[in-house]
Amino acid sequence: MSLEHFKNRNIGTQHYATIDVGHAPVGAMQTFMQVVKRSLKGELFVGLWVTLREMINALFKGDMATVKYPFEKLPISPRYRAIHDMLRLLESGSYRCIGCGLCEKICISNCISMDTRYDENQRKEVSEYTINFGRCIFCGYCAEVCPELAIVHGPRYENASEQRAGFSLFEDMLTPIDTLNLQQEYDGFGAISPNADDTIKKTPLAY
Amino acid sequence: METTLTETLPQMIHEVRAAGVIIKAVIIMAVISAIAGFGTYIERKVLAFMQRRLGPMHVGPYGLLQIAADGIKLFTKEDIVPQNANKFIFMLAPVITAATAFIALSAVPVFPDFVVPEFVPVIGGVFVPSIASDINVGVLFVLGMMAAGLYGPLLAGMSQANKWGIIGSARTAIQFLSYEVVTGLSILAPIMLVGSLSFVDFNNAQSGGITSWLVWQQPVAFVLFLIAGFAETNRTPFDLLEHEAEVVSGYATEYSGLRWGMFFIGEYANMITVAIIASVVFLGGYDANCTLGWLFIILKIAFFFFLMLWVRASWPHVRPDQLMWLCWKVLMPIGVINILITAIVMMI
Repeated sequence: MSLEHFKNRNIGTQHYATIDVGHAPVGAMQTFMQVVKRSLKGELFVGLWVTLREMINALFKGDMATVKYPFEKLPISPRYRAIHDMLRLLESGSYRCIGCGLCEKICISNCISMDTRYDENQRKEVSEYTINFGRCIFCGYCAEVCPELAIVHGPRYENASEQRAGFSLFEDMLTPIDTLNLQQEYDGFGAISPNADDTIKKTPLAY
Repeated sequence: METTLTETLPQMIHEVRAAGVIIKAVIIMAVISAIAGFGTYIERKVLAFMQRRLGPMHVGPYGLLQIAADGIKLFTKEDIVPQNANKFIFMLAPVITAATAFIALSAVPVFPDFVVPEFVPVIGGVFVPSIASDINVGVLFVLGMMAAGLYGPLLAGMSQANKWGIIGSARTAIQFLSYEVVTGLSILAPIMLVGSLSFVDFNNAQSGGITSWLVWQQPVAFVLFLIAGFAETNRTPFDLLEHEAEVVSGYATEYSGLRWGMFFIGEYANMITVAIIASVVFLGGYDANCTLGWLFIILKIAFFFFLMLWVRASWPHVRPDQLMWLCWKVLMPIGVINILITAIVMMI
C-alpha cells in the first residue's frame, strides 16, 4: 500500500472490507439463544482461566508487575529530562564547562545565571553558576546546546520540595571528584532505556 | 451395672446445656468476626495477585497487620449521621445486617463438637455442640435470616436522605425479589432427596464418600444455588447494591466508620454462611466418620470463598434489568423443571 492510499481521505473511494461482527439479536428467541450459546460455550470459564493463569504467573513465575517504588526504582530512560548534572573530563578530572554561556543564553525560562572569569592559565572558568529549579521547565535546551557535553540531564527526578524556589549551585550538580570513575556518560536523546531488553514485547496482533 | 453405665455415658456427654450454647455463640461471634476481617485481607491479596500486583505488603509481615490497621481506622473514625437522615433507622440498619448474618450462623454447623477441658475454670467440662441450635428447619431458618438481612441495605438506603442511597435500596429490593425465588427452588430439590431440613441430616445423607455427594445427583440445583448465593451476598456479578462506578456506594454512601464496618462484617459473614451451606448441602459437608472431616469442610468453605474472589476478579457485573431477566426468565424455569424431574425420578 503506497503513501497515496493513506493520504486519500475521501470517504467512499477506498476499498474497505467490513469485518463480520455478526448481528445484534432480534426478538426474545434470538436473545435467549444468544444467552444459551454464551453460557454453554464456556466463555465465562475462559475468563476465570485468564485470571487464574495471571495469578499463577505472578506467584510462581515471578511475573509480578509491582515495583515497590521508594525501595526499588525502575531505570530511567536517557530521554527523560530530570535534574541537571555537570560532568567532568575523565582524564584530568577538571570540569568540562568552558564558560561559553550558551546555556544561559538559550534558557527560555531564564533560570540559569552564570558568571565567568579567566583563571591563571588564561582559561575561562565559571565563578558563579546557579539553576533556579523553581523556574526551570526542563526543556533540555541547555543540554542540547552545550558544545562540551558538560551539562546533561541526570537521573534524579524526585524533586518535590516545600518551597517554590530551589537553587542549585555548580558544585551541587558537579560529579564529585572521588566518584569520578562512576560518572555515567550521557547516552544522548535518542538512546533507549537501559532495561529496554526486559520490557520490550512483540506487538500483540493475534488476539 | 456396667452396661447401664456405658449406655448412659454417651447420653450424658452429648447433653446440650445452655452454657455450651452460649460458649458456642461467643466462639462464632469471635471467630467469624476475625475471619471476616481476615477475609478482607485475603480478598485484597487474591485480587492483587490476579492483577499481578502485590496487595498490602507494608503493615506487618506480608501486610498481615493491615487488618489491625483497618480495624483501628474504622473504630476511631467519626460517626457521622447526615442532616436530613432518619436518625433512628440510619443507626439501626447496620445492626440488622450484622445481627442477621450472625443469627443465620447459629443454625449451621461451624466447628466440630468438643468438650471444654476440665482445667478451665467455671466452664470446664461443658459440651459445646457443632451447631448452636440444631433446629429441625435449619435450611429454612438460615435462608430466612439471610433474606431478613436484606432489610439492612434497604432501610439504610432509604433513611439516609441521599439519592444514591435510594437507588441502592431500590436495587436491593429488586435483587431480593429476584434471587430469593431461585434460592428456594434450587435448594428444594436436595431437600426432597434428603427428606429433611436439618443440616445434620444433609451431612449424614452424604457420609458415603465423594460418590454420595448431592452435587452428582443435583448439578443443576448446585449451579443455580451458587448463582443465587452470589446474588444473596452481593458479590460481583450481582453487586448492584453498592457498585462504585454506577451509584457511588449505593446504600452505604453516607456510612463511615464502625457502622460501615458492620455492613462489611455482615457481608463477609454472609459469604461464609453461603459457603457453608453449599459445602454441607451439595459437597458432603464434614464427614463425621473421617478424622480429617473438619479439615475437608474448611477446605470446601475456603474453596467457595476463593471462588467468590476469583469471580470478582474475572467477570463484569450485570445490569439490574439483566439480573431480573436472568432470575425470572432463565433460572426460575430451570429450577422448576429441575424440581419436576427430581420428583418424577423419585416417584419412579
